[in-house]
Amino acid sequence: MMMISVNKLIKRFGPKTILRGLNFEVGSGEFVALLGPNGAGKTTFLRVLASLSAPSLGEVNIAGFRLPQQSAAVRQRLGVVLHQPLLYGDLTAEENLQFYGKMYSLSDLGDRIVEILDLVGLRGRQRDLVRTFSRGMQQRLSIGRAVIHDPDVILFDEPYTGLDQDASSMLDQVLLKIAGQGKTIVMTSHDLSRIAELASRFDVISRGVIAASANRNQVGPNNLLKFYREVVNVH
Amino acid sequence: MSISPVKAYFRSLTAIVWKDLAAELRSRELISAMLVFALLVILIFNFSLDLNPRTRQEVTAGVLWVTFAFAGTLGLNRSLAIEKDRGCLDGLLLAPVDRSSIYFGKAVGNLIFMFLVEAIVLPIYSVLYNVNLFNPGLILVIVLGSIGYVAVGTLLASMAVQTRTRDVLLPILLFPLVVPVLLSAVKASTGFLEGLPMTEIWGSLNLLVVYDLIFIALAFMFFDYIVEE
Amino acid sequence: MTTKPLALKILDVTSIVLLLVASYLVFFYAPMEMVMGNVQRVFYFHVASGWVGFLSFFIATVVGVIFLRTSDLKWDTIGLAAVELGLVFSFINIVTGSIWARPIWNTWWTWDPRLVTATIMELIYAAYLMLRQGIENPVRRARFGAVYAILGFVSVPISYFSIRIWRTIHPVVIGTGDPDALGSFNMTAPMRVTFFFALFTFTVIFIDLFWNRVRLGRFTERIEQLKMKVMA
Repeated sequence: MMMISVNKLIKRFGPKTILRGLNFEVGSGEFVALLGPNGAGKTTFLRVLASLSAPSLGEVNIAGFRLPQQSAAVRQRLGVVLHQPLLYGDLTAEENLQFYGKMYSLSDLGDRIVEILDLVGLRGRQRDLVRTFSRGMQQRLSIGRAVIHDPDVILFDEPYTGLDQDASSMLDQVLLKIAGQGKTIVMTSHDLSRIAELASRFDVISRGVIAASANRNQVGPNNLLKFYREVVNVH
Repeated sequence: MSISPVKAYFRSLTAIVWKDLAAELRSRELISAMLVFALLVILIFNFSLDLNPRTRQEVTAGVLWVTFAFAGTLGLNRSLAIEKDRGCLDGLLLAPVDRSSIYFGKAVGNLIFMFLVEAIVLPIYSVLYNVNLFNPGLILVIVLGSIGYVAVGTLLASMAVQTRTRDVLLPILLFPLVVPVLLSAVKASTGFLEGLPMTEIWGSLNLLVVYDLIFIALAFMFFDYIVEE
Repeated sequence: MTTKPLALKILDVTSIVLLLVASYLVFFYAPMEMVMGNVQRVFYFHVASGWVGFLSFFIATVVGVIFLRTSDLKWDTIGLAAVELGLVFSFINIVTGSIWARPIWNTWWTWDPRLVTATIMELIYAAYLMLRQGIENPVRRARFGAVYAILGFVSVPISYFSIRIWRTIHPVVIGTGDPDALGSFNMTAPMRVTFFFALFTFTVIFIDLFWNRVRLGRFTERIEQLKMKVMA
């Protein structure tokens, strides 16, 4: 069974059609990079997968459940990291995680929170207000928030935006740990060099559909830019 | 490790209320803004109306409710703006719970803040103007009126915060809709303060309850449409 | 869609003719009222426009509900047209009410519950337009508009009753047949004819303007669609 299965997805915003019959499949444990020019529909597609945006037409299945009919079941198994950290500035890191833990109906929160803080490298900072965190730290905590309920599928929308070299490296570490846990990951990114190392598959979105898809074997990290340019120019 | 959906619903509702209280306890921005504003409004009323003690008695209910209505919009705006900040509303929408628990969580939080402000303003007004406001009937009216105000206010604030005109828009949207609350609350409050017989007050109380029920139901029904994409 | 349908052209002409006839009836045919004099003639337009204003807002609410269920933007165009027209006719209602009040009670404004409720309704729908102004996304704009229109419409009767409960201070002053109303009068047959004719005329004018406005809305939408095609 495919972890993510999207069939003829159409998404309209009033008169504008952003996604035009998009097909997409991801097997369990795969790490798929979604590339594409601005306006191609990457973020829109990600928001549909994240259950934040309902499909206008077509089928979206995640972890065996249908969107939007079975949204609650999907959300329990889904973690989402967006541009914005989705964290409350006036609460501490610990309190933020506690809040989300409760929203996902977790028990034994205390231990779980320690685990998460270790995972994202923020162990000493749990009592600090998120307001005082740098962008990199907020991003890492955001990932902690996203995986606190141990989801099967994790979505990332441009996670490297606004991070400097050090912060990006730390983010790499966290991502490798998560990927190592066998999670299914879909990530959009502009930073081709970074994502070339991490992903097992590269899909290119252009004009609201998946224009091309290639495995790590077919397109090595060095050729990724070339591959991307070719697809976008032709499509 | 899954718990019943009903428990999950209440768990998320209380989690939201708790989070808002905790954040406010730390920053105290919301309460202090509402309080200072409320006290300023009361002072301005005093200077601009310059009333003799008897007339003052008659306008007490009106002054109080206008104060609460204006201070209330500050609280509502701020409460929903927090969720817009750093994209937190998406965080709430990603949780595997019914959307209405988000609405009720925010509404209960807003109601608590409103009660807090009212609880502080009443004694201060009592002292400043030598009016006895410790009247159980008055308290009842304040509770009923605040519930109606917050029920509609939370929904409208959720809308206003997603527009360009944000802060300016909420009072414009809210005040025409809460006219029944303000009118009935003032009439009932005055009735209780002046010790009028229940027959005079009953109609207004009734109207408040009807309004509260109708608008809680409507807000609950429409919240989904306001937050979905 | 590009040329005006014949029916609409006929309706345009009919509306103008009816308005002329109604005006004749109001100013020349209807007898002068004993107590209030000529100013009472305003009453015919006052009630007619009030009725149309209310009808318009009612349509906006129903259409709002339909939109929320179907998500079809064409209902939003209709809803917007209804609100705009409602605003205009309600405004006429309020102003004529004020004109009527002036010579009788020597004041431009009476706190008559119906007049106040009409004003609140007007403010609600003005707020509706301001709400829409602040939203870019057409779907969200339509959705928020529909929700607010419905909430607004439901609050109006409740507002009316809450103002009535204030009655002891501000009695109902405008109207016919209400024994407490100070400005009441009994209608003779020619007055009745004029009254109903005015109602009918305004309803026809409303339908004509409404149809024209919805057409305008559709044209605007079409232009937006074409713009987007060209820019893509």
